Amino acid sequence: MTGRHLTEIIVFGVLFVLVSALGFVAARWRRPDTMHSLDEWGLGGRSFGSWITWFLIGGDLYTAYTFVAVPALVFGAGAAGFYAVPYTVVVYPLVFLVLIRLWSVSHVHGFVTPADFVRARFGSPLLALLIAITGIVATMPYIALQLVGIEATLKAMGVTGHLPIIIAFAILAAYTYQSGLRAPALIAFIKDALIYLVIIVAVLYIPHKLGGWGHVFGAAQAKFDKTPAPADGTLLNANNQLNYAMLALGSALALFLYPHSVTGVLASKNRNVIKRNMAALPAYSFVLGLIALLGFMAIAAGIKPITAKGKADGNTIVPLLFDHMFPSWFTGVAYAAIGIGALVPAAIMSIAAANLFTRNIYREYFRRDASEAEEAKVSKLVSLVVKVGAVACILLLDPQFSIDLQLIGGVIILQTLPSVGLGLVTRWFHRGGLMAGWAAGLAAGLWMLYRIPNPTTHKAHFGGSAYPLSDLGFDTKVTVYTGILALLVNLVVGVIATLVLKAVKAADGVDATRPDDYYADEGDPKVTTGTREIEAELA
Amino acid sequence: MAETNTRPRRGDRSPWNWLLVLPVVVPLLTFLFNKDKPRLAGFPFFYWAQFAFIILGVSCTTVVYLMTRRGSGKKEG
Repeated sequence: MTGRHLTEIIVFGVLFVLVSALGFVAARWRRPDTMHSLDEWGLGGRSFGSWITWFLIGGDLYTAYTFVAVPALVFGAGAAGFYAVPYTVVVYPLVFLVLIRLWSVSHVHGFVTPADFVRARFGSPLLALLIAITGIVATMPYIALQLVGIEATLKAMGVTGHLPIIIAFAILAAYTYQSGLRAPALIAFIKDALIYLVIIVAVLYIPHKLGGWGHVFGAAQAKFDKTPAPADGTLLNANNQLNYAMLALGSALALFLYPHSVTGVLASKNRNVIKRNMAALPAYSFVLGLIALLGFMAIAAGIKPITAKGKADGNTIVPLLFDHMFPSWFTGVAYAAIGIGALVPAAIMSIAAANLFTRNIYREYFRRDASEAEEAKVSKLVSLVVKVGAVACILLLDPQFSIDLQLIGGVIILQTLPSVGLGLVTRWFHRGGLMAGWAAGLAAGLWMLYRIPNPTTHKAHFGGSAYPLSDLGFDTKVTVYTGILALLVNLVVGVIATLVLKAVKAADGVDATRPDDYYADEGDPKVTTGTREIEAELA
Repeated sequence: MAETNTRPRRGDRSPWNWLLVLPVVVPLLTFLFNKDKPRLAGFPFFYWAQFAFIILGVSCTTVVYLMTRRGSGKKEG
């Protein structure tokens, strides 16, 4: 370990400890009368205003893994990796009108998870269970990947071994257990301040040192020209343009189906907070775009990723670039930004997964009469289990496995769109049709992912999400995003099954929500649990 | 419970909402911006155009928010 790395480690360590202390103090911040309910522990009392929500959702969606993986993608493939920018431009206007409906109906009915909504809307605990399991399965590898973000910075500091990761996650688990959603909400302020600082310095300073942006793009193009791969370059080509647009759209459609995004939305205190945030959150997209360009800067600076066991780890290029360009103390700050950037989403994701388990599995199938305090207790414990699981995933399995799973996660979470997303807008679908569509979409998506090879990593299966249309017998090199294709299968099956079930007059669930519930705002009356269901059954 | 409450029926309908279509569609039309020239401060068009779409997205959602918010007299704390 060199003296340079020692400085980095000290700065990193000090900031990390500071933030951890903040996580524990957060329980006292905007102190509620009691922490013993999911509304308080899991949703911060549903009381967050515009600023807190902006930091919270920003910290939630733009994760440490994003900061490390997006530039790695741009470093390796060029323009195709820049899809993260159109993705995060498209998403907010796309969900603007839908999320306010979700907030309103959840406010009236006290929903904590997307599966809570589906249960009430379609009168089907089984459909809700499927949605909950899909959400948990899609979120778990995402949490594990946050560790990959921390690991990349530790590797670049020359720290090896698993102990530091275990300690970091143990601390995270402890303060999430104690403070709930308030912890990531408070830490998000520090995380974002650090990220903005580092990125602004990086994009002003590094290109200047490398001879200007023109030179950075020139060096990148020169590198891509030399590689045998036809798909890379600083521009898209005829075969990957459609995939680029579909990946951006598909990712945008998927983003707010993830349970942790819903948690961030439901924690806000009224509809206007959400609308304002839909307008203000793209500020993060700007930073994300600049971060993506770090990939080209790394090329221009001649960075070579750290190689372990013969495999180059592309995720190390951003940490290495910082190490190469910045003075050691500022590199420490930059690493801390990435490390802390992992803690915020990991905390929110584990809370969201725990809430799904508590509300839609434990309460539904084990303890129908669970009290609010019991729900909070179960969620707190499950959030610990989820984190242990994430650490185990990284330590026991090849991290590549988590990356593959996360890729699959995006495709499978999209299969909840008809129930959750369309369900917010229309009650046309039959619950049986939604289940059939979900199953068909999942099967189609997994089959396509299985069929995708990756020649650069010598993998025969699960090599990416760009599905070549030639696999279906078309004479073309065009690739498309698996998630959207699977969603189309889902929708077609869902519509046909709904038409059939309606034609044979199959029993459908009772909708416990009313049209007016979707426009309710802060201060409007809430229904107490169960009254609507009872009313509906009597009617 | 009979529907006797006198609260007017509410809704989110507004012609301003159509403005949201613009930032959803434009960034997906890759043929519009998949070019190198013109460059801006060394950035190929492909990159700076997509940065510009962020501004387009912010502008459209901001206008829709301002035009459709309720109870604009109430200040949020």
